[in-house]
Amino acid sequence: MTVNVVGKRVKRVDAVAKVTGKAKYTDDFMERDMLVGKILRSPYAHAIVKKIDVSKAKALPGVEAVLTYKDVPDNKYATAGHPYSLDPKHRDREDRTILTKKARFVGDEIAAVVATDDLTAEKALKLIDVEYEVLEPVLTPEDALKENAPLIHEEYDNNIISDFGYQIGDVEESFKESDYIFEDEFETSIVQHCHLENHISYAYVDADDRIVIVSSTQIPHICRRIVGQALGIPWGRIRVIKPYIGGGFGNKQDVCLEPLNAALTLAVGGRPVKIDLSREECMIATRTRHAFKYKFKTGVSKDGKLIATHITAISNNGAYASHGHSIAMSAGTKFRPLYSFKSIKFDPVTVYTNLPAAGAMRAYGVPQIKFALESHMENIARKLNMDPIEFRRRNLLGEGYVDPLNGNKVLSCGIHECIAKGKELINWDEKKEKYKNQTGIKRRGLGMACFSYASGTHPVGLELAGARIVLNQDGSVQLQIGATEIGQGSDTVFAQMVAEVLGIPVDMVHVVSTQDTDISPFDTGAYASRQTYVTGMAVKKAALEIKEKILNFVWGMTDIPAEALDIEDANIVYKHSGEVVMPLSKVAMQTYYDTVFAKPITSDTSNNARVNAMSFGVTFAEVEVDIKTGKIEVVEIFNVHDSGKIINPQLAEGQVHGGVSMGIGYALSEEMLFDEKTGKPLNNNLLDYKLPTIMDTPDIGVAFVETHDPTGPFGNKSLGEPPAISPAPAIRNAVLDATGVAFDRIPMTPQRVFEKFKEAKLV
Amino acid sequence: MLKKISFTVNGKEVSLEVNPGETLLEVLRKRLGYTGVKKGCAVGECGACTVLIDGTPTDSCIYLAVWADGKEIITIEGIAEDGKLSKVQEAFVEEGAVQCGFCTPGLVLTTTAMVQSGKKYTREEIKRELSGHFCRCTGYQNIIKAVEKSLED
Ligand code: FES
Ligand code: FES
Repeated sequence: MTVNVVGKRVKRVDAVAKVTGKAKYTDDFMERDMLVGKILRSPYAHAIVKKIDVSKAKALPGVEAVLTYKDVPDNKYATAGHPYSLDPKHRDREDRTILTKKARFVGDEIAAVVATDDLTAEKALKLIDVEYEVLEPVLTPEDALKENAPLIHEEYDNNIISDFGYQIGDVEESFKESDYIFEDEFETSIVQHCHLENHISYAYVDADDRIVIVSSTQIPHICRRIVGQALGIPWGRIRVIKPYIGGGFGNKQDVCLEPLNAALTLAVGGRPVKIDLSREECMIATRTRHAFKYKFKTGVSKDGKLIATHITAISNNGAYASHGHSIAMSAGTKFRPLYSFKSIKFDPVTVYTNLPAAGAMRAYGVPQIKFALESHMENIARKLNMDPIEFRRRNLLGEGYVDPLNGNKVLSCGIHECIAKGKELINWDEKKEKYKNQTGIKRRGLGMACFSYASGTHPVGLELAGARIVLNQDGSVQLQIGATEIGQGSDTVFAQMVAEVLGIPVDMVHVVSTQDTDISPFDTGAYASRQTYVTGMAVKKAALEIKEKILNFVWGMTDIPAEALDIEDANIVYKHSGEVVMPLSKVAMQTYYDTVFAKPITSDTSNNARVNAMSFGVTFAEVEVDIKTGKIEVVEIFNVHDSGKIINPQLAEGQVHGGVSMGIGYALSEEMLFDEKTGKPLNNNLLDYKLPTIMDTPDIGVAFVETHDPTGPFGNKSLGEPPAISPAPAIRNAVLDATGVAFDRIPMTPQRVFEKFKEAKLV
Repeated sequence: MLKKISFTVNGKEVSLEVNPGETLLEVLRKRLGYTGVKKGCAVGECGACTVLIDGTPTDSCIYLAVWADGKEIITIEGIAEDGKLSKVQEAFVEEGAVQCGFCTPGLVLTTTAMVQSGKKYTREEIKRELSGHFCRCTGYQNIIKAVEKSLED
């Protein structure tokens, strides 16, 4: 197989559809008589509905249905986009119903209306009379953990979702062997995905009495199962269709609207009903990123070798479990392949609070722990009087590491090269020298931070991916996958993979971008940076099968053995010389129309990945800090990634750009704010929530160290999420370098920075 | 209380009766089927709904349909001529400025207005012109490149 297309800057297969406005998103399909579904949300963070009267709402002309918790099935279900597990112990906590009698955060879903238009639906919501018994809200994890804290979910004994952790070795023993013990505490904030397209879905009942749901989701097949569970109906009665979606970042790896949407269409005799969340709703009533508090106690030897670390974590999960403790466990797992510790103790606790439910968000718990760990590493290096890069280098694990808990093995690792490259790109040594003794108002500094990550969820989750290919009459192919394009470019890299294996140009691969659970192969969807790695292997297998079938067919036609043949540039050629035997299109026509041997060529494969490749990388950042105003400007930033073989450099760079910009927002400005007494959201809109604009975003430098991972379909490893991991600690470490002030909390907003500078007597 | 208005969309004349409260966004999307106009916030914060009104990029979600009476509206559907991508669209494709694509129509239209203005822009000025558009996917890097390329002679 010669490499022609994999590794090239191939244009996105959906770019033209997207620049011309032809790409269809959920809201762009026109159903006749589409009705509007709207949700009545609790104004209280913690309350019980004592009485609810919907008669006035129902009487309003144009209102077709009003539903409360009494009118929907009271099946408890879990919303996280995880593969189903046959083992009940391995399932997510089922703590939701479609509508609720008990409000657990401001915005919780008490009732819903279906009306002919938006205005009528809004009016109807106002006509619903609810009498609440207001309960004491529990707004911090500390309060939630108190003895006698009000219970957020009464069916459990306390507000703890889980406190499962692990120990490798014996940290107490290892501490005794350590020359120094260092302790630090860190805190991250609640942030939100802010994909540009809000959550939206519509549903109707089709002529066969099946519920069809069109939704902006990352996980159509999982969504189908969860709707079935929530409604208590056979899963086969549900069909989920996923068109183009306007970003997800993990927030659509959760089932937020679809069960209610299904209930609403059933309530109006199967007529189509749309739920289109406003930005304000979307920011509180979908999911957020868990805020974490971390404590580290780390033992180190005199010569700067890490010996043991004891990590304590509190994860603020908000009102419903969603992805729950998986986030903390992902954090506690994915940092391990980076540094060598003799012993690690990881003590996390995931806690309910009366705040919006936290779920999956790009890099799944890892930005939080890496902010803490890489800040901690920096503090330790300084205390040891060691160069922070040298300190890290001394402790890196690298190839050959086998994780003692999950058995995943590091078969490729370019972290040393990543560090060397980043150091050079930012001109580390020279600038370090230059910024040594600054005293002015504006001070510059350099920082860096490393990370490790996984490709998919094996062995925690099942990693199943399907691919199907059909050879068309003209020699082009259709590719169907259950994996979802959410903006990251998966359709394009899959097309490249097929083109590569089949020896045809990319534009002869027609990727069916829409997933339809009736038609698309089974795949759990876009999350955990799994698709290029896990689905990629399914796509490769399917393409190899097609190729084999084509060459065998030619053997039958020509009596040239299949082994002597290859496909190049859409021609069947002799393998040894490249001489053209016949065009692929000719073979394709024969497969359809030969009166004796016709047999259209297809393949339908799946890949159950029981491997997991570790990816690595580093951020180098330079900041300029204004001591007087507390403003931090990122002057230069470079992300260097070892994601194995890069399938499409242009798309890969795009992933890094987006992730780094998200990381900069995480470091400096983004934070969801809630009233400390009532839990009311204070900035759930794009004006008050400080998403980076184009003005706030510096030039983002990207480089790759291309290792080859033997388990990836083309040597590739994860890339979608990792870029968002290390910018925040690198920026924090740069601020420390510039000012000597060690921040232990993000975002480092001017206000917070200024206060901290005052404390440190810099101002 | 419906009001009759007339305007052109992508050169085509349209007359219809609208509610005084209806936004141009709703009319374009729901009544006329121009679904390339996107809605990211509906309150003027994100730029996804940008259309050109008499050549000026405008958030159609906070622009009442009645104000459009007599105006020339260009939506993303009106940018490619005879199925051929415009220079701006071409640049967005070439430079990899598109990911999920939800911000793209608005950005292509604002860039088109910049190109039509005939002005020269520095990088800082480009950023300022585009600062009303949020993009969560691209970190704006390739968007800036696409705009620079669009503005090249
Ligand atoms: S939808 Fe108009 S500015 Fe966001
Ligand atoms: S490409 Fe997704 S918001 Fe810009």
